[in-house]
Amino acid sequence: MSKRVGIEVSIAIAEAVGLARAEVIPAYPITPQTHIVEHLSEMVANAELDAEFVPVESEHAAMSCCCGSSAAGARTFTSSSAQGLSLMSEVLYIASTMRLPMVMVVANRAMSAPISIWNDHQDIMIQRDTGWIQTFAENGQEAVDLTLHAFRVSEDRNVSLPIMVNIDGFTLSHVIEPIELPDQEDVDRFLPPFKPRYKLDPRRPITMGPVGIPEVYTEAKVAHDMAMKKAKRYILKAWNEFEEIFGRKYNPIESYRTEDAEVLLVTMGSISETAMTAVDTMRDAGQKVGLLRIRLWRPFPGQEFRRAVGKTKILAVIDRCLPPGALCGPVGAELRSLFYKIPGSPKIFSFVAGLGGRDVTVERFEEIVDKARAFAKKRPRELYEVIGVREK
Amino acid sequence: MIPEFEKFKGFKAKNLPKEEPLSPGHRGCQGCGEVLALRMVMKALGKDVIVCNATGCMEIITSPYPHTAWRVPWIHIAFENAASVASGVESARKVLARKGKIPKKHVDILAVGGDGATGDIGLQFISGAFERGHDFLYVCLDNEAYMNTGVQRSGCTPYGAMTTTSPPGKKSFGQVTWKKNVPAIAVAHNIPYVATASPAYFLDLMNKVKKAALVKGPAYVHIYSPCPTGWGSAGERSIEISRLAVETKVFPLYEVIEGRYIISRKITKPKPVTEYFKGQRRFRHLDEEHIEYIQRKVDAEYEKLLRLAEMS
Repeated sequence: MSKRVGIEVSIAIAEAVGLARAEVIPAYPITPQTHIVEHLSEMVANAELDAEFVPVESEHAAMSCCCGSSAAGARTFTSSSAQGLSLMSEVLYIASTMRLPMVMVVANRAMSAPISIWNDHQDIMIQRDTGWIQTFAENGQEAVDLTLHAFRVSEDRNVSLPIMVNIDGFTLSHVIEPIELPDQEDVDRFLPPFKPRYKLDPRRPITMGPVGIPEVYTEAKVAHDMAMKKAKRYILKAWNEFEEIFGRKYNPIESYRTEDAEVLLVTMGSISETAMTAVDTMRDAGQKVGLLRIRLWRPFPGQEFRRAVGKTKILAVIDRCLPPGALCGPVGAELRSLFYKIPGSPKIFSFVAGLGGRDVTVERFEEIVDKARAFAKKRPRELYEVIGVREK
Repeated sequence: MIPEFEKFKGFKAKNLPKEEPLSPGHRGCQGCGEVLALRMVMKALGKDVIVCNATGCMEIITSPYPHTAWRVPWIHIAFENAASVASGVESARKVLARKGKIPKKHVDILAVGGDGATGDIGLQFISGAFERGHDFLYVCLDNEAYMNTGVQRSGCTPYGAMTTTSPPGKKSFGQVTWKKNVPAIAVAHNIPYVATASPAYFLDLMNKVKKAALVKGPAYVHIYSPCPTGWGSAGERSIEISRLAVETKVFPLYEVIEGRYIISRKITKPKPVTEYFKGQRRFRHLDEEHIEYIQRKVDAEYEKLLRLAEMS
């Protein structure tokens, strides 16, 4: 029987990686990812998990080691955050176009400078275009479930792409939550052993990672893009299978009280829980407000998102990332692009909030909804607004 | 001594392996000493090997898709990280063999890169892999500059040499720093086997590579690799230049087995460095003063090496 326990989310993720029978775990410590890899290292040391824990000397080496391990045919896991994720950036692109299955949990954290260990989404947004499948968890249970789901999808021969599961640093990684840890037998049923189509094997020599001359480079990149688009089908399929075995249902876009909504908040990650409380408060006060949460960020589920918006006319999109000099945050830009010149599409207002660990409270969400309503009447001067900036 | 060496009789001209894991038909320059050295490396290792190649000349000339010169499994990820990729391959094979998912038969894991990939940008990655003790061998094919990008200086470029980023001029005489001693850095990691080798002494080179593969744990072989294109030397002279580098003590051949230095080829009647410089455009601009300095320093470095060998 699966058991429901009070457990720190990072520890629960490590347990999930153990249940997935990960085989090689190259890891380098960075706050707030540390508890995940510490616990994995403990599990290996205590012979609870038969894996190689490779204590590499940097995140770049971690990702490079992951590439070698995956190419040699082992189930591969790592975890990182912020500066570390940026350091491995070069190799992220290589892992994905080389179609090397692996799973990385990213404990999202702000980027330096000024140095900050606290949570926002700048670290992941600058890796948006690395060609990895990217999902965002809202709570501990989802973090565990998405981690198991990630192995299943990544290693599916129809997909063969690396996956990042994003969890908010501290606000998710370091909290204790009641989490249902699945049974080993159920996980084994959901997740068959890793059998890559191609691997480094002297019995069947292949060349991996060759030079791409101009005559083939475009096609290699298009193949990657096609694989990402095709992956959506298998992501959804795996979520359906997950539901059959574990009873929990996941969608690329989650809707909360969206029926007849005039304004929809759009969020990603753990602030969605506060956003739901804000929606409840506003609904109680007679406001027609709902919430859309993006769980699957890459490949972007455009069709599902449009369907989820329905007839709502105002979207208040919250980005936890401020790209200086850009027209707006990346999620705002994505949605504006999604609805561009589509008849009857909603007005999209972009907000930036919750940078570097600043809390986004219920009151802030109310402020955002009020502003979005006001902007719908009178067009704002700027294409986005940063919420909660101190004047003094 | 290393127990794995006992059964190894050594390669001889008579028993050279016929197989060529690195096939001809690649796109190397005429007279390339590096690909010649790599061919010998691969002959020594045979078929049961996985190659992790750093970005560089060897990677580009052997793998322009859809062609490949590799008859053994080969992977290229990036420039600086061949040692980390090899760490991953080694770890994967260890756990997969333990779980019975792959045969237990030993497979050598070779990481190979140029001097830039090894001594400069990849130094940290190599250090990490050595310190962690992975069972693999790292081969540095040292052609003494960034040749693939058009002959820029590296930490392994010799003193005085002309490159596109160490040009001689009114205020400069070429490379201002002495060649970085990467084998000594490898030795400092207390790994069981370190060696230098030269394609002019091909049996010595192959034996060292084989020993590096046989030894349990990390091993490092630093191979001198002439680059006619970058050095401004005649293609047909690559082997001759390689031999002169040894005979003038510029590139001494030695092994360091469990910390003990053993000179492979003692140079009792050294030729002057000027013999070595002849026919290499990269040294043509050097005046007597610099040549004298180089000669003194080469002698002193060789003395240091002899003392290390005496001590151990």
